[in-house]
Amino acid sequence: MNGVALATLLSHWRRHPLQLFTLITGLALATGLWTAVQAINAEARASYAEAEAQLAAGRQALLVARDGTIPVDQYVTLRRAGWRVSPVLEGEVEYNGAAVTLLGIDPLTSPLARHLAPTDGEAGLDPLAARRTLFAGPATAERIRSAGTGLQVVVRDAVAPGTAIADIGLAETLLDRPGTLSHLVVLSAQPRGRPPLDAVAPGLTRIEASGAHDARRLTRSFHLNLTALGLLSFAVGLFIVQGTVGLAFEQRRGMFRTLRAIGLPARRLLAIALAELLALALLGGALGIALGYAIAAALVPDVAATLRGLYGAAVDIGLALRPGWIAAGLGMALLGTLLAAAQGLWRLRRLPVLATARAEAATRSNATTLRFQALAGLASLGLAGSVIAGLDGLVAGFVFVAGLLLGAALLLPPALAGMLALGARLARGPVAQWAWADTREQLPGLSLALMALLLALAANIGVGTMVSSFKQTFTGWLDQRLVSELYVTAETDAQGQAIHDWLEPRVDAVLPIRHADTRIDGRPAAIYGIVDHETYRRHWPLLASAPRVWDRVATAEGALINEQFARRAGLAPGDALPLAPGWRLPVVGVYSDYGNPDRQVIVALDALLERFPGVANRQFGVRVAPDRVETLAAGLRDRFGLPARSVIDQAAVKAHSLAIFDKTFLVTGALNVLTLGVAGFAILTSLLTLWTMRLPRLAPLWALGLTRPRLAAMELLRSVALAGLTFLLALPLGLSLAWALLAIINVEAFGWRLPMFLFPGDWLTLGALALLAAALAAALPAWRLYRTPPAELLEVFADER
Amino acid sequence: MPLLEIEHLAKAYVTGEERQPVLEDVDLVLDAGETLALTGESGSGKSTLLHLVGALDGFDAGEIRLAGTPLSGLDEAGRARLRLASIGLVFQQFNLVPSLTVAQNLALQARMAGRADPDWLAELGQRLGLSRFADRYPQQLSGGQQQRVAIGRALAARPPLLLADEPTGNLDETTSDRVLELMLELVDDTGAALFLVTHSRQLAGRLDRHLHLSRGRIA
Repeated sequence: MNGVALATLLSHWRRHPLQLFTLITGLALATGLWTAVQAINAEARASYAEAEAQLAAGRQALLVARDGTIPVDQYVTLRRAGWRVSPVLEGEVEYNGAAVTLLGIDPLTSPLARHLAPTDGEAGLDPLAARRTLFAGPATAERIRSAGTGLQVVVRDAVAPGTAIADIGLAETLLDRPGTLSHLVVLSAQPRGRPPLDAVAPGLTRIEASGAHDARRLTRSFHLNLTALGLLSFAVGLFIVQGTVGLAFEQRRGMFRTLRAIGLPARRLLAIALAELLALALLGGALGIALGYAIAAALVPDVAATLRGLYGAAVDIGLALRPGWIAAGLGMALLGTLLAAAQGLWRLRRLPVLATARAEAATRSNATTLRFQALAGLASLGLAGSVIAGLDGLVAGFVFVAGLLLGAALLLPPALAGMLALGARLARGPVAQWAWADTREQLPGLSLALMALLLALAANIGVGTMVSSFKQTFTGWLDQRLVSELYVTAETDAQGQAIHDWLEPRVDAVLPIRHADTRIDGRPAAIYGIVDHETYRRHWPLLASAPRVWDRVATAEGALINEQFARRAGLAPGDALPLAPGWRLPVVGVYSDYGNPDRQVIVALDALLERFPGVANRQFGVRVAPDRVETLAAGLRDRFGLPARSVIDQAAVKAHSLAIFDKTFLVTGALNVLTLGVAGFAILTSLLTLWTMRLPRLAPLWALGLTRPRLAAMELLRSVALAGLTFLLALPLGLSLAWALLAIINVEAFGWRLPMFLFPGDWLTLGALALLAAALAAALPAWRLYRTPPAELLEVFADER
Repeated sequence: MPLLEIEHLAKAYVTGEERQPVLEDVDLVLDAGETLALTGESGSGKSTLLHLVGALDGFDAGEIRLAGTPLSGLDEAGRARLRLASIGLVFQQFNLVPSLTVAQNLALQARMAGRADPDWLAELGQRLGLSRFADRYPQQLSGGQQQRVAIGRALAARPPLLLADEPTGNLDETTSDRVLELMLELVDDTGAALFLVTHSRQLAGRLDRHLHLSRGRIA
């Protein structure tokens, strides 16, 4: 009996292949977008885990010099005094135009050496044999090999992307820094009774191990953002599933009653319907996972770019099928289908064998449902409001966004019903009155698709406003920060000095860009030294400042810090800032510094050189009349033999920065477009599946004298009007979402707050897209109506049930 | 022992606080192989009585026994088993499954009951004039053809009792006669008893027995 009943249920899909396609596509889209996000997150996290192995040395205390370099003699002194330390030389080498961080280590003592040990007869960091060998991750190894260096390159997955490890002797040669070290790693087992550091090496500072992995911590909020977008896409996909499953239940009501009447028990029928749904969910889910894999593969480069651009996290994301996210994807598909079908299953369970279809249908569209939706929507908005009023932080931000979206989605049908009722009241003429009333009657069948459209439009407006506000601020900030007409990078300090001397009499000003990398409160930070110049006083993007800010910086009586440092450390003008042992300055200003994940400080150049005398002197900003830029750049290249990339004009730097910015938000844009596409598809499927129910409504109008073309045009217009009304309601919702993203979530995620700008032009484009999507979705049903033969319309009267 | 026994049957519908009696103190007996027509005005309760006999709905008082089995003692699953094994149902609206072909609809109940006999099904199809339409779907058939499929489906499992609710109500006079003729022939051949509800006294006159229901009571 079960097999026959299941086959009977399934026969519905054979006769309605479009509905089956819709259901499977809805499920596949929902699961696919969710799975893609899960896959991206899982792979990125796996990439961090690999990088962590390489960064393990960062968990040990380090000895660093104030000027950034340690002479080898000082290392020898420490070793002789009994200190167990391992030397590291760090620098950047270019291979095929891309910078690779080179870590030179001592294979005998470095904690990293165990990750490079020979395996299965392969080459490893053998102290005697590895003088010409570099160790790198797969992508970096390929890059070095393709540069044709002649060095042996061994692949080790444990090495972080963009990094190569070598014996320190080889590193000295490659970096051209003989006899110097970058820092010393303090090994875990130290002998007792060794002399204190100050006594042996007074110029060195001990930096304790950092507790957490920065990339993992910093990017957590980004992954949370992606997960939220994935969930939104999943919810939009589920609207399609619910619409289709609901319609399939409705259309099969007669079949269910017949099966019950001829002897299939209600529970058995329910169990078989459930089995059918789960089988379809598995099918849709499996397709969704394949789709998700494809989407993830397409988005992974953008995600890697985002992680690099926003957080400086170097990841080399590969994509592998992992049981974790496959199981999660299937689980979500099953759970989502059950959720979407819950109402239908509940009705099936309670379906009286003798109830008429008409009575059932009538109860669904009554005003009680609308009242309930309105109350639930208001409650959800109230909850969102109270959460944001009472709590801080990322979780509160996401709860607010979720409550806002859910509340608005629930309020949409009652709001539309109100608008349509008003329209009906104002309408003149019987056809117009009928059209308004009929649209209102259709609302229950279309409301799910319209909710999906509302969410997709709001997400587009919200995220679009956030990204565009970010871009506008970022562009303005670039204009402030990149004031110099030319940026020059020398290859050595000596060349830097020569360039400086050559430039000085020829230009308006030479502004050195010099910095020391250090740690403040145990976290990485860069201290920049600047000369006192009108350029900074007029253009630097200060967010907050104390009186006489530039005078105090110039006289080394104060320091400027970037916004993310101020927010994370809770600092404001007037607070004291410990920069190094014995060096403390008050904060006199806070400046915006978008795109930089680290803490940054600006002090007077002389003050910096006093504490860090050896900082590199290789970069300059050059102020010169714009019409002289080209000649000057050519002169610099000719005289000093500088490569093109070492002399860059302002426009090129800006273009490069904006290109990085655009790439950073590609993944969000792609997810947005996909979500909007899914919502458009939801409208199409709703209209197509409602099609069979439309004929009995339209046939009497046709019989009364309205032509089929006119009826088809009205159907098209109705769909466009509903999408237009939904778009109007999506505008305030999207702007609220943008506010939440800019004022709450981004502050937590990136460490900076951005002003919100409005882009009405973008809204108009999006509105036009929504109307176009609705028109396209309605075109097929309207075309079918236009082509419906009169005989089919007459059947409505011949076979009324 | 009679196939069907109804004793002091009562049923009322409750709307809000209002109780509307539909059947009151109905007694009826139907023997195996007997054909019985029940007529009555609209709202007299004749369809309700058929639904109760078909174990499609519950009653308030009295008893219905089918082949000695009291329906009041059956739960929902038990009533479903009884319908599957012992009752064939024919409705005015045909109630065919639109997504199954004629052949599949014809065999549906017999297959669910595990009593599908290919020879009998083929004979049924032939005698009902459906062989040519076996692969068509219900909506591709005329009303008379659809009703013949419904009759075939109801008799495919050779149930002892066939219940028919206005089976010719949607058909013209000629088609109606032909369909009734076929139904009576098949009932006779299978030995099933027929309990037929109709408005038509003329139709009722062609059955073994004719009862009239008025305001919920057998007149």
